[in-house]
Amino acid sequence: MSLLQVEGLGKSYNLETKVLKNVNFEVGAGEFVSIIGPSGAGKSTLLRCINRMVEINEGNVIFDGMDVRSLKKKELRKLRTNIGMIFQHYNLVPRLTVIENVLHGRFGYKTTLQGILGRFTEEEKEHAFFLLEKLGIEEHAYKRCDQLSGGQQQRVGICRSLIQEPKLVLCDEPIASLDPNSSKVIMDHLKSITNELGITCLVNLHQVEVAQDYSDRIIGLKKGEIVFDGPSKSLYEDQINNIYGSEIRELITV
Amino acid sequence: MEVINTNKAMYIKRTKKGRINIKSGNKVDLVIKLTILILTLLTVMAFFFFDYTGLQLGRAITETAHNLKVMFLEPALSHFGWGEAFYQVGVTIGLGFLATIFGAVIALFLSFMAAENLSKPSISKTVRIIVAFIRAVPTVLWVLIFAIASGLGSEAAVLGMLFHSVAYLVKAFSESFEEVDQGIIEAMRATGSNWWHIVTHGVLPSTFTYLLSWTFLRFEINFGVAVAMGAAAGAGGIGFELFMASGFYFDLREVGFITYAILIIAIVLELISTRLKNRYFPATAR
Amino acid sequence: MNEKTIRKSRGIATIFLIVIIMMTYLSAVITNFNLAEGLATIPKALGWIGANLIITPETWERLPSILDKLFETIFMSIAATTLAAVVSIFLGLMGSKTTKVNGVLSVISRGVASFSRNIPVVAWSLILLISFGQNSVTGFLALFVGTLGFLTRAFIESIDEASQSAVEALRATGATYFHIVNKAVIPQTLPQMLSWILFMIETNIRSATLVGILTGTGIGFTFDLYYKTLNYNAVALVTLTIIIAVIIIEMISNRIRKVIL
Repeated sequence: MSLLQVEGLGKSYNLETKVLKNVNFEVGAGEFVSIIGPSGAGKSTLLRCINRMVEINEGNVIFDGMDVRSLKKKELRKLRTNIGMIFQHYNLVPRLTVIENVLHGRFGYKTTLQGILGRFTEEEKEHAFFLLEKLGIEEHAYKRCDQLSGGQQQRVGICRSLIQEPKLVLCDEPIASLDPNSSKVIMDHLKSITNELGITCLVNLHQVEVAQDYSDRIIGLKKGEIVFDGPSKSLYEDQINNIYGSEIRELITV
Repeated sequence: MEVINTNKAMYIKRTKKGRINIKSGNKVDLVIKLTILILTLLTVMAFFFFDYTGLQLGRAITETAHNLKVMFLEPALSHFGWGEAFYQVGVTIGLGFLATIFGAVIALFLSFMAAENLSKPSISKTVRIIVAFIRAVPTVLWVLIFAIASGLGSEAAVLGMLFHSVAYLVKAFSESFEEVDQGIIEAMRATGSNWWHIVTHGVLPSTFTYLLSWTFLRFEINFGVAVAMGAAAGAGGIGFELFMASGFYFDLREVGFITYAILIIAIVLELISTRLKNRYFPATAR
Repeated sequence: MNEKTIRKSRGIATIFLIVIIMMTYLSAVITNFNLAEGLATIPKALGWIGANLIITPETWERLPSILDKLFETIFMSIAATTLAAVVSIFLGLMGSKTTKVNGVLSVISRGVASFSRNIPVVAWSLILLISFGQNSVTGFLALFVGTLGFLTRAFIESIDEASQSAVEALRATGATYFHIVNKAVIPQTLPQMLSWILFMIETNIRSATLVGILTGTGIGFTFDLYYKTLNYNAVALVTLTIIIAVIIIEMISNRIRKVIL
């Protein structure tokens, strides 16, 4: 059985425009899938429907046997602990230390009182350091997040999502605000999440080349509809042109 | 010492009990905590210092609740009519407006002297110290002091309010000037322009909308100040009527009516200034 | 910019200037303000200040009682600000777009803030004076209400500005509302909030003088008393102590601000 099934998903923020129209796809456990498409195609909204950061209007999202659309508040929290999320702007609390930000990923497992008292077990803290070391930023553990570079902050974001022990990680434009070198570091780490830890990754990207380099499978989104879904190898020039519109495509690659 | 087996162990900080620290324990956190602690202590102490003469808390609360009900649910005018009410509101707005306009004109010149990129450090410093001194004296004291010299009238009120307006606007204006791209000034200096050219053609055009917005924000403040001066310093206008209605006639319905009048004007001014703020300086908190 | 737009913007500027001048004239008429007289007042007033606002040796004897009232006023401002801040944090969380619980509470919180902020402190003092009488509690409550409105607005802005992205991230990890507020919103906005609280304490010490004159409490009452009995030497001393107090508090809060922001 696949880990994630999206069936006939539709979403609109207002009456006139539909952001997503009848989106259908399945993702199996351990896959690394990229979603590509021009800005405004609905990539971010699609990801946010999966962990219901935005409400779903039509269709169903089934994650690990749970019907995401009908979950109650408590069940929704449980769902979210199983899904990590990585953001374009890292979304850390800038004034707090790196280690504190990483441990934020454990809140899903805590009661309100435990969270407010800031009680984390020694194992959790050890694990946080283990992850920081894995991503090569353990030396910055006690620095404030706003003192780190963009690439380092994104690595903190990855640690925060991994400490959740998720089955799926959603990455919303993880490298859109980074320089090429940091981008490569981040993409390598994401790839290793899937390869070494077996965690499924769903990555929004707007750089086609990066998607082709890293992912086994690519989903092309255009104006809220899936126009391509298949192995990276079978994504040819004319399909890319279809997704982006040929003129814009030229501008992007230059 | 425990044996260091991995790299991460080098970086983990532990408490005396051996638990892993997650706070960095820096100066900022310490100062924040201390400030909060001191403020809390002072607040608790305050209630011991208070003068409780003639206070009957229970009675006062029920009475105030009743008074507020009468004021806000049954507002009415009795000692003067609608025309007079409009006139008095107009007087208050007028006082606020005059203080703002004169304040803005004076502040414009002073802020050229206060801005670090347009002035000499010594002059800039002097202006700033004078401004800080002016700000430290409450407006009502300025008005009352001027009232002795010129008699109670709009002159004393406007002049008294002028002081704080100038101080506030000099600070705001000079900060706007200092934010002007140094490149513009440098480029103009390179072409051989003198100070006046730079100010009138480089600095003023690029800051004009800020200056206007700040001036309007001050007008909003000055309306409230003008109400206060009417009540506390007898400067006339709707504030004075408020003082009479509550202090002399004990006419709650009239107090309610006047409060509504003030509230409406204040909300309109606030709406306009919020618009201006969002439009011209979305990033600043002020 | 071509010639036409320049001419057009010049036109607008001219109209704007004319409107301002007309409004100034209108204001002067309605308030009976005479510019010449006003200008003439300045040297007169300065002369008067120089001649009369002098602290004589005998005045110093009044210093202990003045300081007593000054401290009462300072304590009143701090207590009013701190307690208002505590309530404002809750109202701010309710009112902010990122942390609101639901729409109704948000509207109520913004409404309460706007209402208490836009009714001037003088009006609150006069209203409260009627039943609370001439004591510190009246002044305290008047400052409290005004501060509440101002700080709630400031806190809503700080929360909206500083914490949107972190709130989203924590929501995605499955954290509860209280986790999010306690571990993302508060740590991120606390320095900004503290800065506003310090600003409000400074402002309130000045307002407390005004409130004091109206409600007969604190340093404002002392000032009013000497002012009405024409004891200008004492008036000068009171003014001086206020200036020193305000400047010291401003200096302290600037130091704190420099560290925390």
